[in-house]
Amino acid sequence: MQWIAVALAVAVWIFVYRSLEPFSNWFAFDLLRMRAGSHLASSVQFFIFEAPKVVLLLTVVVFGVGIVRTFFTPERTRRILAGKREAAGNVFAGLLGVVTPFCSCSAVPLFIGFVTTGVPLGVTLSFLVSAPMVNEIALVLLFGLFGWKVALLYLGTGLLIAIVSGWVLGRLRLERWVESWVYQTTPGAGEASGESSLNWSERVGQGRAAVKDIVGKVWPYVLAGIAVGAAIHGYVPENFMASIMGKGTWWSVPLAVLLGIPMYSNAAGIIPIVQALLGKGAALGTVLAFMMAVIGLSLPEMIILRRVLKVPLILTFAGVVGFGILVVGYLFNILI
Amino acid sequence: MRIQVLGPGCTKCKELTKRTENAVRLLGLELTVEKVTDFREIMKFGIMMTPALAIDGTVKIVGRVPTEAEIQTVLTTALS
Repeated sequence: MQWIAVALAVAVWIFVYRSLEPFSNWFAFDLLRMRAGSHLASSVQFFIFEAPKVVLLLTVVVFGVGIVRTFFTPERTRRILAGKREAAGNVFAGLLGVVTPFCSCSAVPLFIGFVTTGVPLGVTLSFLVSAPMVNEIALVLLFGLFGWKVALLYLGTGLLIAIVSGWVLGRLRLERWVESWVYQTTPGAGEASGESSLNWSERVGQGRAAVKDIVGKVWPYVLAGIAVGAAIHGYVPENFMASIMGKGTWWSVPLAVLLGIPMYSNAAGIIPIVQALLGKGAALGTVLAFMMAVIGLSLPEMIILRRVLKVPLILTFAGVVGFGILVVGYLFNILI
Repeated sequence: MRIQVLGPGCTKCKELTKRTENAVRLLGLELTVEKVTDFREIMKFGIMMTPALAIDGTVKIVGRVPTEAEIQTVLTTALS
Protein backbone atom coordinates (compact mmCIF):
# COMPACT_ATOMS: atom_id res chain seq x y z
CA MET A 1 0.00 0.00 0.00
CA GLN A 2 2.73 2.38 0.96
CA TRP A 3 4.53 1.81 -2.34
CA ILE A 4 1.46 2.72 -4.35
CA ALA A 5 1.26 6.00 -2.44
CA VAL A 6 4.91 6.66 -3.11
CA ALA A 7 4.58 5.89 -6.83
CA LEU A 8 1.59 8.20 -7.06
CA ALA A 9 3.44 10.97 -5.26
CA VAL A 10 6.35 10.62 -7.69
CA ALA A 11 4.04 10.84 -10.72
CA VAL A 12 2.30 13.94 -9.39
CA TRP A 13 5.63 15.51 -8.56
CA ILE A 14 7.01 14.99 -12.07
CA PHE A 15 3.88 16.39 -13.65
CA VAL A 16 3.85 19.52 -11.50
CA TYR A 17 7.57 20.05 -11.98
CA ARG A 18 7.30 19.88 -15.74
CA SER A 19 4.35 22.26 -15.85
CA LEU A 20 5.97 25.01 -13.83
CA GLU A 21 7.70 26.95 -16.55
CA PRO A 22 4.75 27.08 -18.96
CA PHE A 23 2.45 27.80 -16.02
CA SER A 24 4.59 30.68 -14.78
CA ASN A 25 4.71 32.21 -18.24
CA TRP A 26 0.97 31.86 -18.65
CA PHE A 27 0.40 33.31 -15.20
CA ALA A 28 2.51 36.42 -15.65
CA PHE A 29 1.85 37.21 -19.26
CA ASP A 30 -1.64 35.86 -20.02
CA LEU A 31 -3.46 35.86 -16.72
CA LEU A 32 -2.09 39.03 -15.23
CA ARG A 33 -1.59 40.60 -18.66
CA MET A 34 1.81 41.95 -17.83
CA ARG A 35 3.91 43.51 -20.52
CA ALA A 36 6.59 41.14 -21.67
CA GLY A 37 9.95 42.68 -20.98
CA SER A 38 8.77 44.82 -18.06
CA HIS A 39 10.65 44.54 -14.79
CA LEU A 40 7.61 43.49 -12.78
CA ALA A 41 6.57 40.80 -15.26
CA SER A 42 10.07 39.43 -15.24
CA SER A 43 10.16 39.29 -11.48
CA VAL A 44 6.72 37.73 -11.18
CA GLN A 45 7.42 35.06 -13.74
CA PHE A 46 10.70 34.25 -12.03
CA PHE A 47 8.99 33.93 -8.68
CA ILE A 48 6.07 31.80 -9.87
CA PHE A 49 8.45 29.51 -11.68
CA GLU A 50 11.22 29.26 -9.14
CA ALA A 51 9.39 29.19 -5.82
CA PRO A 52 7.36 25.99 -6.36
CA LYS A 53 10.27 24.47 -8.27
CA VAL A 54 12.68 24.94 -5.41
CA VAL A 55 10.16 23.65 -2.88
CA LEU A 56 9.54 20.56 -5.00
CA LEU A 57 13.24 19.85 -5.34
CA LEU A 58 13.73 20.40 -1.66
CA THR A 59 10.98 17.97 -0.76
CA VAL A 60 12.48 15.22 -2.84
CA VAL A 61 15.99 15.79 -1.62
CA VAL A 62 15.17 16.06 2.05
CA PHE A 63 13.08 12.90 1.79
CA GLY A 64 15.83 10.95 0.07
CA VAL A 65 18.55 12.18 2.37
CA GLY A 66 16.36 11.58 5.40
CA ILE A 67 16.32 7.93 4.41
CA VAL A 68 20.05 7.78 3.64
CA ARG A 69 20.75 9.25 7.05
CA THR A 70 19.04 6.40 8.81
CA PHE A 71 22.00 4.37 7.58
CA PHE A 72 24.65 6.76 8.86
CA THR A 73 24.51 7.72 12.49
CA PRO A 74 27.27 9.74 14.21
CA GLU A 75 28.06 6.57 16.18
CA ARG A 76 28.77 4.72 12.99
CA THR A 77 30.81 7.59 11.61
CA ARG A 78 32.86 7.69 14.77
CA ARG A 79 33.53 3.98 14.59
CA ILE A 80 34.69 4.30 11.01
CA LEU A 81 36.97 7.23 11.79
CA ALA A 82 38.47 6.19 15.13
CA GLY A 83 42.04 5.16 14.81
CA LYS A 84 42.40 6.07 11.14
CA ARG A 85 45.59 7.92 10.41
CA GLU A 86 45.58 11.39 8.98
CA ALA A 87 45.22 11.81 5.23
CA ALA A 88 43.06 8.70 4.83
CA GLY A 89 41.09 9.79 7.87
CA ASN A 90 40.64 13.27 6.43
CA VAL A 91 39.23 11.83 3.22
CA PHE A 92 36.77 9.60 5.05
CA ALA A 93 35.80 12.40 7.39
CA GLY A 94 35.06 14.70 4.48
CA LEU A 95 32.93 12.07 2.74
CA LEU A 96 31.09 11.10 5.90
CA GLY A 97 30.37 14.73 6.68
CA VAL A 98 28.14 14.81 3.64
CA VAL A 99 25.87 11.98 4.75
CA THR A 100 25.91 12.21 8.53
CA PRO A 101 23.08 14.22 10.00
CA PHE A 102 24.32 17.47 11.45
CA CYS A 103 22.83 20.48 13.12
CA SER A 104 25.11 23.20 14.43
CA CYS A 105 24.14 22.63 18.04
CA SER A 106 25.38 19.06 17.67
CA ALA A 107 28.79 20.37 16.66
CA VAL A 108 30.04 20.30 20.22
CA PRO A 109 28.90 16.83 21.35
CA LEU A 110 30.10 15.48 18.02
CA PHE A 111 33.46 17.13 18.38
CA ILE A 112 33.97 15.87 21.91
CA GLY A 113 32.68 12.41 21.02
CA PHE A 114 35.13 12.11 18.15
CA VAL A 115 38.16 13.61 19.81
CA THR A 116 37.91 11.54 22.98
CA THR A 117 37.65 8.25 21.15
CA GLY A 118 40.77 8.35 19.08
CA VAL A 119 39.75 10.43 16.08
CA PRO A 120 42.63 12.88 15.41
CA LEU A 121 41.87 16.59 15.73
CA GLY A 122 42.56 17.30 12.07
CA VAL A 123 40.25 14.50 10.96
CA THR A 124 37.49 15.76 13.25
CA LEU A 125 37.89 19.23 11.78
CA SER A 126 37.61 17.85 8.25
CA PHE A 127 34.28 16.46 9.31
CA LEU A 128 33.24 19.74 10.88
CA VAL A 129 33.97 21.58 7.66
CA SER A 130 32.26 19.23 5.26
CA ALA A 131 29.15 18.56 7.34
CA PRO A 132 27.58 22.00 7.10
CA MET A 133 29.17 23.07 3.83
CA VAL A 134 28.64 20.08 1.58
CA ASN A 135 25.00 20.13 2.28
CA GLU A 136 22.69 17.85 0.34
CA ILE A 137 20.11 20.60 0.10
CA ALA A 138 22.64 22.86 -1.57
CA LEU A 139 23.77 20.07 -3.89
CA VAL A 140 20.42 19.11 -5.24
CA LEU A 141 19.26 22.67 -5.61
CA LEU A 142 22.43 23.49 -7.51
CA PHE A 143 21.74 20.46 -9.67
CA GLY A 144 18.15 21.48 -10.29
CA LEU A 145 18.94 25.07 -11.12
CA PHE A 146 22.35 24.94 -12.77
CA GLY A 147 22.89 21.40 -13.94
CA TRP A 148 25.01 18.54 -12.78
CA LYS A 149 28.34 20.17 -13.64
CA VAL A 150 27.93 23.01 -11.14
CA ALA A 151 26.61 20.62 -8.50
CA LEU A 152 29.54 18.27 -9.00
CA LEU A 153 31.95 21.19 -8.89
CA TYR A 154 30.52 22.30 -5.59
CA LEU A 155 30.67 18.78 -4.18
CA GLY A 156 34.21 18.19 -5.35
CA THR A 157 35.68 21.48 -4.24
CA GLY A 158 33.76 21.45 -0.96
CA LEU A 159 35.20 18.03 -0.16
CA LEU A 160 38.65 19.13 -1.22
CA ILE A 161 38.54 22.14 1.06
CA ALA A 162 37.29 20.02 3.96
CA ILE A 163 39.95 17.36 3.48
CA VAL A 164 42.87 19.68 2.90
CA SER A 165 42.07 22.23 5.60
CA GLY A 166 41.50 19.45 8.14
CA TRP A 167 44.80 17.90 7.16
CA VAL A 168 46.65 21.22 7.37
CA LEU A 169 45.10 21.98 10.75
CA GLY A 170 46.13 18.52 11.92
CA ARG A 171 49.73 19.14 10.84
CA LEU A 172 49.79 22.39 12.78
CA ARG A 173 49.41 20.45 16.02
CA LEU A 174 46.80 22.71 17.53
CA GLU A 175 45.69 20.34 20.27
CA ARG A 176 46.84 22.81 22.92
CA TRP A 177 44.08 25.13 21.81
CA VAL A 178 41.31 22.71 22.53
CA GLU A 179 39.78 23.42 25.92
CA SER A 180 41.54 21.04 28.31
CA TRP A 181 38.38 19.73 29.90
CA VAL A 182 37.45 18.18 26.56
CA TYR A 183 40.32 15.73 26.65
CA GLN A 184 39.54 14.94 30.24
CA THR A 185 36.02 13.87 29.37
CA THR A 186 35.72 10.13 29.56
CA PRO A 187 34.19 8.67 26.43
CA GLY A 188 30.54 8.06 27.11
CA ALA A 189 28.61 4.84 27.29
CA GLY A 190 28.29 4.82 23.50
CA GLU A 191 25.20 3.30 21.82
CA ALA A 192 22.82 5.53 23.64
CA SER A 193 20.52 6.00 20.72
CA GLY A 194 18.69 2.68 20.66
CA GLU A 195 17.79 3.39 17.05
CA SER A 196 20.33 1.07 15.47
CA SER A 197 18.17 -1.06 13.21
CA LEU A 198 15.13 0.25 11.43
CA ASN A 199 12.98 -1.55 8.91
CA TRP A 200 12.09 0.08 5.58
CA SER A 201 8.73 1.31 6.72
CA GLU A 202 10.40 3.13 9.60
CA ARG A 203 13.06 4.55 7.30
CA VAL A 204 10.43 5.95 4.97
CA GLY A 205 8.73 7.36 8.03
CA GLN A 206 11.95 9.14 8.96
CA GLY A 207 12.14 10.53 5.45
CA ARG A 208 8.64 11.92 5.70
CA ALA A 209 9.35 13.31 9.16
CA ALA A 210 12.45 15.01 7.78
CA VAL A 211 10.39 16.64 5.04
CA LYS A 212 7.79 17.89 7.48
CA ASP A 213 10.46 19.13 9.83
CA ILE A 214 13.00 20.68 7.44
CA VAL A 215 10.81 21.90 4.60
CA GLY A 216 8.28 23.04 7.16
CA LYS A 217 10.95 25.13 8.80
CA VAL A 218 12.85 26.34 5.77
CA TRP A 219 10.14 27.36 3.32
CA PRO A 220 9.74 30.98 4.52
CA TYR A 221 13.46 31.49 3.96
CA VAL A 222 13.22 29.89 0.56
CA LEU A 223 10.35 32.13 -0.48
CA ALA A 224 12.09 35.21 0.89
CA GLY A 225 15.30 34.26 -0.89
CA ILE A 226 13.45 33.70 -4.14
CA ALA A 227 11.60 36.98 -3.78
CA VAL A 228 14.94 38.75 -3.46
CA GLY A 229 16.22 36.74 -6.39
CA ALA A 230 13.13 37.71 -8.37
CA ALA A 231 13.67 41.38 -7.62
CA ILE A 232 17.31 41.14 -8.67
CA HIS A 233 16.26 39.21 -11.76
CA GLY A 234 13.70 41.78 -12.79
CA TYR A 235 15.21 45.04 -11.72
CA VAL A 236 18.95 44.85 -11.58
CA PRO A 237 20.55 45.60 -14.93
CA GLU A 238 22.00 42.70 -16.83
CA ASN A 239 25.65 43.25 -16.19
CA PHE A 240 25.52 45.13 -12.93
CA MET A 241 27.06 42.31 -10.98
CA ALA A 242 29.78 41.87 -13.56
CA SER A 243 31.24 45.18 -12.51
CA ILE A 244 31.63 44.20 -8.85
CA MET A 245 31.64 40.44 -8.93
CA GLY A 246 32.85 39.74 -12.41
CA LYS A 247 36.06 38.17 -13.48
CA GLY A 248 37.82 41.44 -14.10
CA THR A 249 38.02 42.57 -10.48
CA TRP A 250 40.71 40.70 -8.55
CA TRP A 251 39.27 41.75 -5.22
CA SER A 252 35.82 40.31 -5.80
CA VAL A 253 36.71 36.84 -4.52
CA PRO A 254 38.28 37.95 -1.21
CA LEU A 255 35.43 40.38 -0.75
CA ALA A 256 32.87 37.65 -1.36
CA VAL A 257 34.58 35.38 1.16
CA LEU A 258 34.91 38.12 3.78
CA LEU A 259 31.25 39.06 3.35
CA GLY A 260 30.16 35.46 3.47
CA ILE A 261 31.95 34.25 6.57
CA PRO A 262 29.94 36.13 9.20
CA MET A 263 26.72 35.67 7.30
CA TYR A 264 24.61 32.64 7.77
CA SER A 265 21.84 31.31 5.68
CA ASN A 266 20.47 27.88 5.25
CA ALA A 267 21.43 26.40 1.91
CA ALA A 268 17.95 26.64 0.45
CA GLY A 269 17.58 30.35 1.04
CA ILE A 270 20.80 31.33 -0.61
CA ILE A 271 20.45 29.38 -3.84
CA PRO A 272 18.02 31.76 -5.54
CA ILE A 273 20.29 34.68 -4.71
CA VAL A 274 23.16 32.72 -6.25
CA GLN A 275 21.06 32.20 -9.34
CA ALA A 276 20.13 35.82 -9.69
CA LEU A 277 23.75 36.90 -9.22
CA LEU A 278 25.00 34.44 -11.81
CA GLY A 279 22.27 35.51 -14.19
CA LYS A 280 23.49 39.06 -13.93
CA GLY A 281 27.04 38.40 -14.87
CA ALA A 282 28.76 37.59 -11.59
CA ALA A 283 31.64 35.19 -12.09
CA LEU A 284 30.97 31.58 -11.10
CA GLY A 285 34.03 31.35 -8.87
CA THR A 286 33.11 34.43 -6.90
CA VAL A 287 29.53 33.31 -6.40
CA LEU A 288 30.50 29.79 -5.33
CA ALA A 289 33.05 31.22 -2.93
CA PHE A 290 30.41 33.45 -1.46
CA MET A 291 27.99 30.57 -1.07
CA MET A 292 30.56 28.33 0.57
CA ALA A 293 31.60 31.07 2.95
CA VAL A 294 28.01 31.74 3.95
CA ILE A 295 26.90 28.19 4.63
CA GLY A 296 30.24 26.66 5.55
CA LEU A 297 31.44 29.16 8.13
CA SER A 298 28.99 30.95 10.31
CA LEU A 299 29.16 33.17 13.33
CA PRO A 300 26.57 31.15 15.28
CA GLU A 301 28.61 28.00 14.74
CA MET A 302 31.84 29.73 15.78
CA ILE A 303 30.16 30.96 18.93
CA ILE A 304 29.02 27.46 19.82
CA LEU A 305 32.44 26.01 19.06
CA ARG A 306 33.95 28.53 21.48
CA ARG A 307 32.78 26.21 24.21
CA VAL A 308 35.31 23.60 23.20
CA LEU A 309 37.89 25.46 21.14
CA LYS A 310 39.99 28.39 22.25
CA VAL A 311 39.89 31.54 20.16
CA PRO A 312 43.24 31.03 18.37
CA LEU A 313 42.04 27.70 17.07
CA ILE A 314 38.70 29.08 15.97
CA LEU A 315 40.45 31.88 14.12
CA THR A 316 42.91 29.49 12.52
CA PHE A 317 40.04 27.23 11.57
CA ALA A 318 38.10 30.05 9.93
CA GLY A 319 41.28 31.35 8.34
CA VAL A 320 42.38 28.06 6.80
CA VAL A 321 38.93 27.20 5.51
CA GLY A 322 38.38 30.74 4.29
CA PHE A 323 41.67 30.61 2.48
CA GLY A 324 40.71 27.32 0.85
CA ILE A 325 37.45 28.84 -0.33
CA LEU A 326 39.37 31.81 -1.68
CA VAL A 327 41.71 29.61 -3.69
CA VAL A 328 38.79 27.66 -5.11
CA GLY A 329 37.06 30.88 -6.08
CA TYR A 330 40.10 32.19 -7.92
CA LEU A 331 40.75 28.87 -9.61
CA PHE A 332 37.25 28.82 -10.99
CA ASN A 333 37.39 32.33 -12.27
CA ILE A 334 40.61 31.50 -14.04
CA LEU A 335 39.66 28.11 -15.39
CA ILE A 336 36.06 28.63 -16.39
CA MET B 1 11.26 9.71 37.94
CA ARG B 2 13.85 12.20 36.77
CA ILE B 3 13.26 13.88 33.41
CA GLN B 4 16.10 15.72 31.73
CA VAL B 5 16.37 17.52 28.40
CA LEU B 6 19.95 17.70 27.17
CA GLY B 7 21.05 20.50 24.88
CA PRO B 8 22.79 23.89 24.75
CA GLY B 9 19.61 25.88 24.25
CA CYS B 10 19.10 26.11 20.52
CA THR B 11 15.60 26.12 19.05
CA LYS B 12 15.43 22.32 18.85
CA CYS B 13 16.29 21.95 22.52
CA LYS B 14 13.69 24.54 23.49
CA GLU B 15 11.09 22.75 21.39
CA LEU B 16 11.90 19.43 23.01
CA THR B 17 11.59 21.01 26.44
CA LYS B 18 8.24 22.53 25.57
CA ARG B 19 6.84 19.27 24.20
CA THR B 20 8.12 17.31 27.17
CA GLU B 21 6.54 19.75 29.59
CA ASN B 22 3.26 19.47 27.71
CA ALA B 23 3.42 15.68 27.77
CA VAL B 24 4.16 15.68 31.49
CA ARG B 25 1.23 17.98 32.14
CA LEU B 26 -1.12 15.93 29.96
CA LEU B 27 -0.21 12.79 31.87
CA GLY B 28 -0.94 14.58 35.11
CA LEU B 29 2.55 14.05 36.48
CA GLU B 30 3.85 16.37 39.15
CA LEU B 31 7.37 16.49 37.78
CA THR B 32 9.71 19.22 36.59
CA VAL B 33 11.65 18.93 33.37
CA GLU B 34 15.32 19.62 34.04
CA LYS B 35 17.36 21.37 31.39
CA VAL B 36 20.99 20.31 31.12
CA THR B 37 22.93 22.86 29.10
CA ASP B 38 26.49 22.36 30.29
CA PHE B 39 28.40 20.26 27.78
CA ARG B 40 30.51 18.60 30.43
CA GLU B 41 27.34 17.24 31.99
CA ILE B 42 25.81 16.37 28.64
CA MET B 43 28.82 14.33 27.59
CA LYS B 44 28.41 12.12 30.66
CA PHE B 45 25.32 10.69 29.02
CA GLY B 46 27.43 9.37 26.17
CA ILE B 47 25.58 11.04 23.31
CA MET B 48 26.91 12.76 20.23
CA MET B 49 23.89 14.70 19.11
CA THR B 50 21.57 17.11 20.80
CA PRO B 51 18.80 17.56 21.75
CA ALA B 52 18.19 14.46 23.80
CA LEU B 53 15.70 13.24 26.36
CA ALA B 54 16.80 11.23 29.38
CA ILE B 55 14.65 9.46 31.97
CA ASP B 56 16.30 8.46 35.26
CA GLY B 57 19.73 8.90 33.74
CA THR B 58 19.13 6.81 30.61
CA VAL B 59 18.87 8.47 27.24
CA LYS B 60 15.63 7.52 25.50
CA ILE B 61 15.62 9.79 22.46
CA VAL B 62 18.65 11.43 20.87
CA GLY B 63 19.36 13.90 18.09
CA ARG B 64 15.81 14.80 17.17
CA VAL B 65 12.61 16.35 18.44
CA PRO B 66 9.93 13.66 18.76
CA THR B 67 6.20 14.25 18.72
CA GLU B 68 4.40 14.85 21.99
CA ALA B 69 2.69 11.51 21.49
CA GLU B 70 6.02 9.75 21.32
CA ILE B 71 7.22 11.54 24.46
CA GLN B 72 4.07 10.46 26.25
CA THR B 73 4.70 6.85 25.24
CA VAL B 74 8.25 7.04 26.53
CA LEU B 75 7.05 8.51 29.82
CA THR B 76 4.30 5.97 30.36
CA THR B 77 6.66 3.09 29.57
CA ALA B 78 9.11 4.45 32.11
CA LEU B 79 6.41 4.72 34.73
CA SER B 80 5.37 1.10 34.47
